[in-house]
Amino acid sequence: MATITRSTITNVLAKQGILIAFVLFIIGFGLANSRFLAVDNVLGVIRSSAILGVIALGVTFVVISGNLDLSVGSMMSFSTIVVLDLHDKLGPLMAIPAMFALTMCLGAFIGFLVGYLKLNSLIVTLGMLSAIHGLTLTWSGGKNMDIADKQGTWFGIFGRGDVLGIPVPILFFALLAIVLSILLARTPFGRKVYAVGGNGTAATFSGIPRARIVFLSYVISSFCVACAGLLQASRSLGSQNTVGQGLELEVLAAVILGGASLLGGAGTVFKTVIGVLILGFIQNGLLLVGLAFYVQYVVTWVIIILAVWLDIAAKRGRFLSPIA
Amino acid sequence: MQSEQTVRFLKKGAIWAFIVLELVFFSVAGHFLSLSEGAFMDLDNMLLLLKQSAPIGIIALGMTVIMINGNIDLSVGAIFAFSAVILLDSMTWAVFAGLGDWVIPVSWGLALLTGTILGAINGLIVWKTGVDAFIVTLGAMLGYRGLVFMYNGEQPTSELNWTLVDFAEAQFLGLHTATWFLLGCTLVLWLLMTRTVHGRNAYAIGDNREAAVNAGIRVGPHMMKNFMLIGFLSALSAVVFYSESGSVNPNDGSLYELWAITAVVLGGTKLAGGSGSVISTLGGVIAIQLLRKGLGYIGSDTETVNLVIGLILIAVLYLDRQLNRKGKEELRI
Amino acid sequence: MTEGTPALRLSGIVKTFPGVRALDDVSFDVMPGEVHALLGENGAGKSTLMKVLAGIHQPNEGDIFIEEQKVVMRSPLDAKAKGVVLIHQELSLAEELSAAENIYLGELPTKSFGRVDWATLHEKSGAILERLKCSFGPRTIVGDLSIANMQMVEIARALTVDAKAVIFDEPTASLTDAEKVVLFDIIRDLKARGVGIVYISHRMDEIFTISDRISVLRDGSYRGTLMTAVTNEEEVTKLMIGRSLDLTRNVQPAEMGDVAIAVQGLSCGKMFQDISFEVRTGEVLGFYGLVGAGRTEIAETLFGLRTPSAGQILIDGEVVKINSPMDAIRMGISLVPESRKEQGLVLGMNCKDNMTLPQVGDLTAGPFVSDGAEIAIFDQYRDKLAIKTPGWREKVGNLSGGNQQKIVIGKWLSMRPRVLIVDEPTRGIDVGSKSEIHALIRDLAKQGYAVIVISSEMPEVLQVSDRIVAMFHGRLMRIFSSQEVTEDSLVQAISGLNTDRVA
Repeated sequence: MATITRSTITNVLAKQGILIAFVLFIIGFGLANSRFLAVDNVLGVIRSSAILGVIALGVTFVVISGNLDLSVGSMMSFSTIVVLDLHDKLGPLMAIPAMFALTMCLGAFIGFLVGYLKLNSLIVTLGMLSAIHGLTLTWSGGKNMDIADKQGTWFGIFGRGDVLGIPVPILFFALLAIVLSILLARTPFGRKVYAVGGNGTAATFSGIPRARIVFLSYVISSFCVACAGLLQASRSLGSQNTVGQGLELEVLAAVILGGASLLGGAGTVFKTVIGVLILGFIQNGLLLVGLAFYVQYVVTWVIIILAVWLDIAAKRGRFLSPIA
Repeated sequence: MQSEQTVRFLKKGAIWAFIVLELVFFSVAGHFLSLSEGAFMDLDNMLLLLKQSAPIGIIALGMTVIMINGNIDLSVGAIFAFSAVILLDSMTWAVFAGLGDWVIPVSWGLALLTGTILGAINGLIVWKTGVDAFIVTLGAMLGYRGLVFMYNGEQPTSELNWTLVDFAEAQFLGLHTATWFLLGCTLVLWLLMTRTVHGRNAYAIGDNREAAVNAGIRVGPHMMKNFMLIGFLSALSAVVFYSESGSVNPNDGSLYELWAITAVVLGGTKLAGGSGSVISTLGGVIAIQLLRKGLGYIGSDTETVNLVIGLILIAVLYLDRQLNRKGKEELRI
Repeated sequence: MTEGTPALRLSGIVKTFPGVRALDDVSFDVMPGEVHALLGENGAGKSTLMKVLAGIHQPNEGDIFIEEQKVVMRSPLDAKAKGVVLIHQELSLAEELSAAENIYLGELPTKSFGRVDWATLHEKSGAILERLKCSFGPRTIVGDLSIANMQMVEIARALTVDAKAVIFDEPTASLTDAEKVVLFDIIRDLKARGVGIVYISHRMDEIFTISDRISVLRDGSYRGTLMTAVTNEEEVTKLMIGRSLDLTRNVQPAEMGDVAIAVQGLSCGKMFQDISFEVRTGEVLGFYGLVGAGRTEIAETLFGLRTPSAGQILIDGEVVKINSPMDAIRMGISLVPESRKEQGLVLGMNCKDNMTLPQVGDLTAGPFVSDGAEIAIFDQYRDKLAIKTPGWREKVGNLSGGNQQKIVIGKWLSMRPRVLIVDEPTRGIDVGSKSEIHALIRDLAKQGYAVIVISSEMPEVLQVSDRIVAMFHGRLMRIFSSQEVTEDSLVQAISGLNTDRVA
C-alpha cells in the first residue's frame, strides 16, 4: 500500500510537478512581496513575456514533432528589421503581410530541409541561425532600423496599445495560445504532430505524411516568429539587428520547462505557456525582492535541470542514472 | 570495400580541399576585382588569420572530443566568459598583491581551474542524472552566464597587465602566442584521441555506447573527464584571448558554442558521435576564418559571411547524407 | 562425451519479465570440447537463455556453474573474465576503430600516460586474426570490412581470454557458404582445444553438420536433448514444434473469390527478385522463410515503403503504382508490421488514438477530431477483438503484447481494407493470445478479406494458410497448397535445397 501511495505521488509530481512548483512559487513570492500579485504587476509580467511566449508556442509544435529550432532568435531579428524597413517604404498595411510572407518562406525552407530532405534539425537550424543573421545584416546594411515618423503611425498599437486596460501583446499571446492549443489538441493535424514525434516510423507505417507534418510545424513556428517580430517592432518602433539574439535557447528552456520532451511526442501548448510564465515570474519576483535580473539565469538553470531530472527519474523509477 | 575507403578518404580530405578552394578563389577574385592592395595569400595576413582563429579554435577542439563522445556542450561561451572574469579579476586581489608579475601564472591557474570545475559540474550532472547533455549544458549556458553577471554586475571587468600583453603579442618563429596555443592544443588533443586509451574509448562510446558498456568501459566517469577537458579548453581560450585584450564584458563569448559546433561539423565530425578528428576541426576553424577574411578581401560586406557559412553548413550536411545513402531500395520511412 | 565435468552448467533457471515467464526451470550443460546446439522457434526463450549465460540478464531462480563451481555473472565483462563469452548476432562494434581496438575494446593494453601499447595490441590481435585465417590485418578499420569479416572480429573478441565456453548466436545469418566453412573450421579448432561451444541456430543442416548434442526449448521450457549422431530432423522438429508431424493445418476449404491483388515479376534490388503470386478474396496466403529471405521487404513494397526495381502490382486486374503508404491505404491495402513497438504503435499515445491513427483525418466534426466517432470505432474493435484494456485512455505501452497486437490489428481492420498483410502476427505473444489471433485471421478470410500472413513459425503458417509461399534468399522457391504441403518439403524449400522442385 505504502509503495502504491509513493508511486502515485511520484506520478503526480512527474505529471503536474511543474504546475505545482509554479503555484508554490507564486504563493511564496506573493507572501514575500505584496506587490507581486498586484494586477498591474501581473499584467506587466505577462506583457514582457509575450514575445518570448509567442515564439515558444510555435517551437512547441517543432519540439513535439521531434525536432529542434535554433533559428527562431535570428529569424525574429529578421522579421523585426524587415517590417520596420518596409514600414517606411510600403506603409504599415503592406509591410506586415510582406514581412509575414518573407518570414514564413524562411520557415518553409527549414521545413523543406528537415522534413523532406530529412537533414538533422539541430545542424540545419544552427546553419539557418547564422544564415538568417547574415540576411538581416545584408538587408539593413548593418545599421539600426528606425521608423522615421514615430508619432504619426498607427503601427505602435500591437506593441504599445491596450484594449479595455489589457495590453495588446497579452491579447495577442492569449489569442494565439488558444488557437494553437486547439490546433494541437483537437485537430487531426495536431494528432499527427504527436504521432510523428512519438514514433516517426510508426507514423509512416500508419500512412501519415511525416515529411509534410514536420514541414508544417516549421511553417507554424515561423508564423509565430513573425508575430513576435511584429510585437517587437511595434513596441520599439526601431531596432538593432541583434534584437532576437540568444532568444532561441531561452525559448527552448521555456518549452522544456513546460514538460515537452526533446525526443518528441510530449508536451502541450498550455504547458508551454506555464513554462513561459514561470520564466517571466521568476525574473519579476527576483527583481521585486531586490535581486538583479541575471539571478534568474541561475535559478532557471537549476529549475530546468531539476524538472527534466524528476521527469526522467519518475520514468525509470530511480533517481540516479544507471550508467556506471 | 574499395569505395568505402575512397569515401573515407574524400571525407577526411574534404575540408582541406575546401580551404585550398577558398584560397584560390579569393586570390583570383581579389586579383580581378582588384579592390584591395596586396595579395590575399600574404604571409602576415595568413599569420594574423591563424591568430584570430585561436579563441574559437581551441574551444572547437574540445567540442570535437565532446561530439565524438556523442555529447554536446552549449555552455562553452559562458565558461569562457566566467574564466575570463576570474583571470582578470584575480590579478587585482589583495592576497596576490605581493607577487608582482608572478600573479600571472597564479591567475592563469585560477582561470583554468574555474573552467575545469564548471565543466566537471556539467559532466557530473550528465553522468549522475542521466539528463541529456544538450539540456544540461543548455541550462548551464544560462546558469553560468548568470554567474558571470553576479560576479561583477553588468560592468566590464578590466585589468591590463603589460607584461602579459607583451607576452600575448609576442611572436615566436613568426607565429603569435595565440597561434602556438592553438597548434599546441591541436597536437595534444590529436595525441589524446589517436594514441591513448581514453581517446580510443571516446570513439567507442560515441559509436556504440551499449557495446562500450558491455566491454566494461566506465562510460559515466569517461564523459565527465571530457566535460572537464572542454571546460579547461574554454578557460584556456579565455586566457589566451584576454591576456591581450584585458577587458571582459559579461556578454562576451555568447554564440561561441554555435561557432565552435559549426567548425566541428564543417570538419566532418558526426553529430551522432563515434567519428571525427581534431585535425579536421582545425581545418574547419581555419576555413571559417578564411571565409570571413576572404569575403572582406573581395569587398563583399562582412555580414555576408554569416549567410555563406550557414548555407555551407547545410550543404555539407546534405552532401554527407547523399554520400551515406544506401540507394533506391532503401526503406522510405 | 557427456561424462566428466561440464564446462558450463545451468540448473533450474527461471527468468521472468513483467507479465512473461521467459524461462521456466531450464537446465542445460555443455561439456569441454563439445558443440551443444540450442534450438527453438522465435520466442521459445533461446535469446533469453543466452543472455542469462552471458551475464546480461540475471536469473530469478536457478544456478550457474562453471566447471562445477557455482558462479554469479554480474555483467558480460564479468562473464568473460570467468571464461564465458557470447558472440552476438547483431554486431556490436565501433566502426571507426581498427579491428585490433575492437577485439580488445575495454581492455586495451597500456603504456605510461594512458597511451595505448600498439605493439602489444597489434601483435596479440594479429595472432588471433591469423588463427581465424582472416584475410585482413589488425590495423584495418572495421567500418571498411564486409559484414562477414566484422563477424570475424566479433568472434576474435571471444578468443582474447582463455574461454571455457563460447556461445554463438546465429553466427551464419550473414555469412556466405565459403565463409561458413571457415567458421566451422574455427568451431572445430575451439572444440579441439577443449572449449565448450553453445551453438544457437535455426538452420537444421548446420546443426547436423557441427553439433554433438541438440537441446530444444519451447515456450520458455526445456523439452529434451538428443544426440546428433542418433537422431534425425524429424525427431528434432517434433520436439521443437511440440506436435507430431501431422500438424494441425488449415483444412477449411476457403471460399475464394476474385483475385484481389496480384504481383508479377516484382524485384527490389538485392532484397528480392522476380516474385509472382496472387491472393484471392477469402484466401490466406502464408509466406514462410528464414529471417532475411525477403518476405518483409515484399510486404513493405506492397505497402508503398520501398520502390520496386522491376515488376508490377495489380489490384483488381489493374496495374497500380504504390508510392507511399497513403497510396496503399487508398487502394485498400493494410499492413500489420513486423515490429509492434517500432513500427506498429506510438507507445506514448493512448489506445484510442493509436487505433484511429490512419483515419483520424476522416473522423471529424467540422475541423475538429470527433471524440464520439473515435470512441465508437475503438469500442467496436475492442469488443470484436476482445482487447483487454482498462479503457481507451490507457497508454498503449501499458498493455500486454497480445493486446498491443490486437490494437494494431484493430487499427487496420477499422480501415476496412481489401488486402490485409500481417507480418509475424504472434511474435512475442503468449500462447492464449496466439490461438485467438490465428482464429481471427481465419475468420477474416471467411469474411472476404484477402490475407497475407508472413511468419517464421511453421505451425502458424500451416494453421492459417490456404497456400504457402516458401522463400529463400530473396527468391520464391515454391507455392504449396495446404493439402500437399509437408514439413519436410517446406523446410527443404526455405533452405534452398531441392531447387529442382521449384514451382
